Amino acid sequence: MDELNALIGGFAVALSAYHIMLMVIGITLGVIIGVLPGLGGANGVAILLPLTFTMAPTAAIILLTSIYWGALFGGAITSILFNIPGEPWSVATTFDGHPMAQNGKADEALVGAFTSSFVGAIFAVIMITFLAPMVAKFALKFGPAEFFAVQFLTFASFLGMGRGTAFKTLASMCLGFALASVGLDGMTGTLRMTFGQDELLNGFKFLVAVIGLFGIGEILSSMEDGLKFNGPTAKLRMDAVIRTWKQLPRMWLTFVRSCIVGCWMGITPGGATPASFMGYGIAKRLSKQGKNFGKGELEGVVAPETAAHAAGTSALLPMLTLGIPGSPTAAVLLGGLLIWGLQPGPLLFVEQPDFVWGLIASMYLGNVVGLIMVLTCVPFFAAILRVPFSIIAPAIVVICAIGAYTVNNAMFDVWMMLIFGVMGYLFNKLRYPLPPLVLALVLGDQAESSFRQAMLVSQGDISVFWSNWLCGGIMTLGLVMAFWPALTALRAKFAGNGVVARPA
Amino acid sequence: MVRRGMSKVQGIAAVLAASACLASPSLAQGWEPAKPVTLVIPAGTGGGADQMARFIQGVVQKHNLMKQPLIVINKAGGAGAEGFLEMKSSANDPHKIIITLSNLFTTPLGTGSPFNWKDMKPVAMLALDQFVLWVNNEKPYKTAKEYIEAVKAGTDRQFKMGGTGSKQEDQIVTAAVERQTGGKKFTYVPYSGGGQVAVQLVGNHVDSTVNNPIEAVAQWRAGQLRALCIFDAKRSTYTAKVTDKEAWGDIPTCKESGLPVEYQMLRGIFTTKNATPAQVDYYVDVLKKVMATPDWKEFMEKGAFNQTFMTGADYEKWVESAQTQHADLMKEAGFLATQ
Repeated sequence: MDELNALIGGFAVALSAYHIMLMVIGITLGVIIGVLPGLGGANGVAILLPLTFTMAPTAAIILLTSIYWGALFGGAITSILFNIPGEPWSVATTFDGHPMAQNGKADEALVGAFTSSFVGAIFAVIMITFLAPMVAKFALKFGPAEFFAVQFLTFASFLGMGRGTAFKTLASMCLGFALASVGLDGMTGTLRMTFGQDELLNGFKFLVAVIGLFGIGEILSSMEDGLKFNGPTAKLRMDAVIRTWKQLPRMWLTFVRSCIVGCWMGITPGGATPASFMGYGIAKRLSKQGKNFGKGELEGVVAPETAAHAAGTSALLPMLTLGIPGSPTAAVLLGGLLIWGLQPGPLLFVEQPDFVWGLIASMYLGNVVGLIMVLTCVPFFAAILRVPFSIIAPAIVVICAIGAYTVNNAMFDVWMMLIFGVMGYLFNKLRYPLPPLVLALVLGDQAESSFRQAMLVSQGDISVFWSNWLCGGIMTLGLVMAFWPALTALRAKFAGNGVVARPA
Repeated sequence: MVRRGMSKVQGIAAVLAASACLASPSLAQGWEPAKPVTLVIPAGTGGGADQMARFIQGVVQKHNLMKQPLIVINKAGGAGAEGFLEMKSSANDPHKIIITLSNLFTTPLGTGSPFNWKDMKPVAMLALDQFVLWVNNEKPYKTAKEYIEAVKAGTDRQFKMGGTGSKQEDQIVTAAVERQTGGKKFTYVPYSGGGQVAVQLVGNHVDSTVNNPIEAVAQWRAGQLRALCIFDAKRSTYTAKVTDKEAWGDIPTCKESGLPVEYQMLRGIFTTKNATPAQVDYYVDVLKKVMATPDWKEFMEKGAFNQTFMTGADYEKWVESAQTQHADLMKEAGFLATQ
């Protein structure tokens, strides 16, 4: 129980009026950053990092991690209201969150998203509190082959879960892979498919694609539907929190699954984005409500949000104990630690207990403060939907354009966003699912790197993916997931034959 | 949101600056930036160059060393080509400076991106980043010599060297080491960041790395990694104990351990090509003030940097010779884009 004592000491450090004030400021900024697409948590933290050099390290990291919590919370808002993911990890939240808003349940979706974010984060912090050294050791087992196995599992758990057929999902995913391969090839250090265009050096940025595909695509679809957002406007009722919380306990299994997936992806380090996709995919596959996913099911909001927040929080663990960042934001925070004179790594817990436990205590507090703040604002967020389309749509287009520009400070990306917008519209019309494309775009190059690293290490021997129980287990699970639709179809066929054989 | 504000301010300031230049051509009394200065990082967030750039920004802010704000922007596309091409295309805007890593030389050679250090104006060398040969502490190799003997005795490509990126500094050092291994090559495994490389070595997924000191110091201090030798002509000057037993200065040079390879990475500042001497002097002056702060000295020691400061003709000469060195090494290793 040394951890408990240390944690109480940590609370003593974190619980001061000054620190609570920093949390409130940080979370407010974070929510704004999360709402604006393009200006991700990593950018926000990077911009504010130099401001914190004059502060004490504990105060500084409380401010910066609070921005991170705020961004994690805020990303869900625009996903639900306008189908525009404010952050990469809230793409999966749009799948059911936006249909809920269209059904007039925007407030329930928001409360569900915020609450499940909170649950995911607290689960991850508890794990960090008690299991940090063990978890750090587990993360060391991950070489290239293991990383690829995890990425393969993510893709596999997605196959056959889209609205269209499995083949349309595959086609969409392959297009995503093709887009992901543009730019510098990290393995050989040569440029691929840039056709001599300097603008393409950076490749297709995930955020630009997402803002266009979802945000602009949605606006185009709405225009066709008669210049208004679908569905009745939400009736503003103040009891949204209680109404939603009553529904949550029956989803406990989804919470547990998403927490585990999230923590695992945060540590390995896969990051919050794949975690949210995987959480959604697994819930859809295993939940009783799975059939209704995509039509506005609260559980479809809970699953990705819980996983994303659990991953986002546990991503800080490998940063603290190993010095490897589990997410881009964690990478910036890592730089901050070094600048404040702290050396992340195996000795940080021993040498800087005040800092570490103060940080961990601030994770509990920051998330509680954040939850209270965002929940009280739900009616305001939901009220945005009452603004007429003719006012809100141009505002969204402007915000999207700014967001796309911010990613690289390049006008080229704004044009790219518009092209992606048309593509998103066409995908909708032709009933091709967008999520597999987005997933392939965000994870494609990582999966490619891991695969090729593994091939280098094994000198081209594919059996490296079954060389140990960890990697082999994940790969096998992935294969089962990939062929699950085929397997269920087969089973249904046999079962169907059985029914036919029986006399009617 | 903050950035959006900045760019608007930049736009207005640019107009003001242009009119100010027309009105008072008084460059003789020294130059001051008329609008925010952009510090470009031709690498991603969290890496060594990024850390140093953000550190400089923090020191400038803390000690109020510039009247105009210093804005830091990552332009990492195409192994940094994006950042360098931006410097090249804004040759007439002296409000842009860039921090370099070895990709100043390796990216144009390796990818054929159309730029060269001569498309920019050298300002100052801040420091040289060291490279150290690391192995896992569980392995039996106590010296660089023992390790190289093992590589020579093994089969070709049996030993795996982990490093950051492809055809960049880590792989170049690896190629230089391969000159000394009797024809035996390493299997070079590129990763996306130095921190990841160090952890892969701790997890025994690779056999050795040539991480910069700051990338592997945490694992070294925790007794997980062993430093075999440093790729510098002389031992490090830092003698304070970093681990229980060793200081940076206790690591032998690779040359004295029978591996005659030297390589260091430039951490330098360049500005745009048409900058006047007064403008270059302004940046040199600011950087000198940054380097005089205790924060900087602490930062240098933590990363075991070789503190060589150069400006003007010396610096230019150094860059020129580094360019030749990289071209030779890359040609020999077959890394050139045209090969």
